This record gives sequence, structure tokens and C-alpha cells, in this order.
Amino acid sequence: MSIDPQLLGHLIVIGFTFFMLLNSAAVLVLAERKVAAFVQQRYGPYLVGPWGTLQPLADIIKLMFKEELRPKAADTFLFYLAPILAATAAFAAFAVVPFGADTDFSTFARITGLTYFFGWKGLAQPIPLAAADVNVGLLVIFAITSMGVYGIVLAGWSSNSKYSLLGGLRSSAQMISYEISYGLSFAAIIMLAGSLSLRTIVDAQDGYWFGFVPKWYIFLQPLGFFIFMVAGIAETNRAPFDFPEAEQELVAGYHTEYSSMSFALFFLAEYVNMVTVSAVATDLFLGGWHGPFPLPPGFEWIWFLAKVGLLLFFYIWMRWTLPRYRYDQLMEFGWKWLLPLAVINLIITAIFFVKFGS
Amino acid sequence: MDALLFWIMALVAVAASVMVVGQRHPMYSVLLLILSFAALAGLYVLLDAPFVAAIQIIIYAGAIMVLFLFVVMLLNVPTEEISTGDRLRMLTAGPRRFGAALAFVLVVELFWALQRSPSAAVEAGQPGPVMSVRDIGIRLFTDWVFAFEATSVLILVAMVGAIVLARKETH
Repeated sequence: MSIDPQLLGHLIVIGFTFFMLLNSAAVLVLAERKVAAFVQQRYGPYLVGPWGTLQPLADIIKLMFKEELRPKAADTFLFYLAPILAATAAFAAFAVVPFGADTDFSTFARITGLTYFFGWKGLAQPIPLAAADVNVGLLVIFAITSMGVYGIVLAGWSSNSKYSLLGGLRSSAQMISYEISYGLSFAAIIMLAGSLSLRTIVDAQDGYWFGFVPKWYIFLQPLGFFIFMVAGIAETNRAPFDFPEAEQELVAGYHTEYSSMSFALFFLAEYVNMVTVSAVATDLFLGGWHGPFPLPPGFEWIWFLAKVGLLLFFYIWMRWTLPRYRYDQLMEFGWKWLLPLAVINLIITAIFFVKFGS
Repeated sequence: MDALLFWIMALVAVAASVMVVGQRHPMYSVLLLILSFAALAGLYVLLDAPFVAAIQIIIYAGAIMVLFLFVVMLLNVPTEEISTGDRLRMLTAGPRRFGAALAFVLVVELFWALQRSPSAAVEAGQPGPVMSVRDIGIRLFTDWVFAFEATSVLILVAMVGAIVLARKETH
């Protein structure tokens, strides 16, 4: 039986994506604690490993060995289903995000010595660097992100605790309110690129204006980028929109009753969602793997990684800088400011698009 | 492969829909309905209509069912008691006959619709017309523009009506 190298390449890309997402959560835990410490003029974790780099590992081991608790009056099935749903939706959303140009791994083979030692010159045809290449990718991301709320809502309800329930209720209201602005900021980009495929949208941002300004959509859609990031932060329930788990009001919100690994799954989901929003923002507004100057073929993903890292830092920075909104302010901001702004942005984009073409 | 996937998803859709009615707790009914919608979306993908599938998930599973959950959670509906058939006996003969007649009409309509559906192209083994997002948009805003606009006005009216009914009078 022979193995198709193309198929094997695809499988490796899928496995690699999953592996990197898992690790990104660990890296983000450390980054969050280090940035928080920096903002608050502390040292942060520094005992476990050099510069505290093994702290996430210690955290995970601690969580694994903790006792799994369940409230007596909780709905057993939904109580355990909720964290699984949250984590699954978070991982599934990233599946359609491309993180590099199509590659045949020839440069990779040359550098790692695979060509020298084994005579492997790379794949016969280039394969896309994404777990799945879907032509309605943007809609799929939107659909799966909207499913992510169920994990939180079910966790809130099945715990049978008033704090959890309030967290779940807030989460569903918040998600519905900000989803519309989120979708409308997508729509302007879809109009500009004329496609729902993330790969086509990234490739439409290739090239430079006046020879040095990269053709990124952030320069055409600064307002769109702002709306996308605000709605994205709200969708991922991060500060200043972290109402479902507002400590001062709700103990820990929807995951008050969770412990051990089921608690860890919620954390994992939150960080993976952050990565997904940052990656989608990079693909839509920051030119994906196209940078201010071109990198050798096969290494474009470095740009992608750098931009995602920058956005993630921004995320963490926000959390430790801005105080939480009040709940009525959150709703007012979402419906009375962000949504009209998104509609106006869409109309202006449409007018310019019809007037000046592409 | 396609046939196998079709049967799996069709089975899930039908079984989940039946179980929606059979559940004692509204929370589980809502979740099973979401499962049924997801299976339907899978069927749309098999029909080469990924756009419709994505929209199905976004609108039904993503938005409408979240509102359903919201209401179920807010009202905290208790688990239904096991009924002993008293409720059926509460209805007099008149309503029961009316219900039976309605059910009969529904079955007739269903058969009529299935008879009329253009299944000839599918049976001949030809692939159906692939609807791209652009095609759907053009159709929607040319051929069906009246229905489209009428629906949006209808939804707006319903929305205003709901707000008026739910609003507390503050004088």
C-alpha cells in the first residue's frame, strides 16, 4: 500500500495547526501573566524554569490533579458537555483560517537537510497552509463562532447556581448584540475583495501603493478594523467586555462551579478564541502573510505569526489597562454606537466601491 | 460515500426532530433542535450549497436558538410532569375532530408537494445547478426583489409590534 504524499502533507498541516493552537494557549497564559506583571510593576512568575517559562506546564499539572467537583443539583450531562462544546467550537473555527501562502515545502526540505540526506525535494504540488480550504470560509468562521456561545450558556445554566446563570445570560445577550457589528465589518471586506474565501481576500491585499505602502485593507477600512476588533474582544468575552465572568459581581460567572480539567477547557477555549480573532483580523485587514517587504517563498508565515502576536499582545494590554464597562453601557455602546457605525461604514464602502470600482 | 453521509445526517435530523417533541425538559428540546439544524446544514453541504449551509447555522443555530435558550433560562421552565392521559381527555370531540382534519390536510399537502418537486434532473444523475453567492444575490435582488422587500417590511412590523406590546407604560 502506497501513501499519497499530498494527502500526508495535508494531514501534517492539520496536525500542526492543532498542535500550535494547543501550545498557543500555554504561551498566552505565560504572556498574560508576564504582561500583567509588567503593567502592575511586578515580576510575575519567575521561579519555574528560566524567566518562568515552565509556569504554564506547572499550571496544567496542578489543574489535572485537582479534584473534579460537581454541584449536587447540577444537570450532569450538560454540565460536562458545556466545556467540551466551548473547546470544540474554539478549535473548529480556526480550521478554515489560512496562515501562509501555498507551499510545496521545498525550502523547508533544503534547510532541514531532508534533501541532502534523503533526497526529498518537497511535494509535487503546493498545498494550502490551512486545515481546510473552504470557499465560504468567512461564513464558516462566523457560523462556528456563533456556536461558541452555547458552551458558556449551557455551563451557566447546568451549574444550577445564580452566579453561573447570570454569567450565561449576560454572555448570550452580549454575543447577540455584538455579532451584528462583527458581521457587518466582515461585509465591507467581502465587498472589497469580492470573495468569501479567506485565501482570496489575503491575495487581494498583495502589492504596494506608491511602491512602499502595503495594500492592506486596514488602510481602506480603518473604521472597519476598529469595529472588528471591538466586536471581536466582546465576542471572546475579554476585558473590558468580560461580563460573563465579572469577578466583582458574579464570583467567576459561568465557570464558578467548575474545577480541574473542565475549568481548564474553558480557559483553553478563551485563549484559542483570542488567537482565532487575531488570525482572522490579520487575514482580513493586515494582509495576512504579505508584509511590508517580501520574505523568501516558504517563509511568508513569519509575517502572519508576527502580526497575530502583535494583536494578541494588544488584547492582553487592553485587559490590564481598561476597566470593565457597566452592563447598561455595554448594551448602549453595542446598539447605539457600534452598530450604526458599522452600517455607515458599510454604506460608505459601497458608495466608494460603486463610484471608483475596485 | 455521499450516500452514506446523506443517510447518517438524514437519520440524525429526523431522530433529533422527533426527540425534540419527546423531551420533558425544554432545555433539551432546544439543544436537540440545534442538532437537527446542524444535520440539515450538513445535507445542504452535500447538495453543493455551502452558502445556504453556513447561513442555516448562523441564523437558526447561532442567533434564533440562542434567543430560545435565553427565554428558557429566564423563565426557568420546570420539567414537565408525566401526564396520565388526562390532558387528552380534557379536549371535547369537536376540537379533536378539527385537529384530525388539520393533520389529514397536512399529510395531503406533503404528498402533493413531494409529487410536484422537480426531482427529474436529480434522478437522471445530472448535478443540480450550483448556486454561488453571487447567483443567489442576483436572483434575490432581481426576480424575487418584491418578496424580499415585503418580507423585510413584515419583519420590521413584527419587531415594532413586539416592542409596543412588551413596553411598560411610563407616564
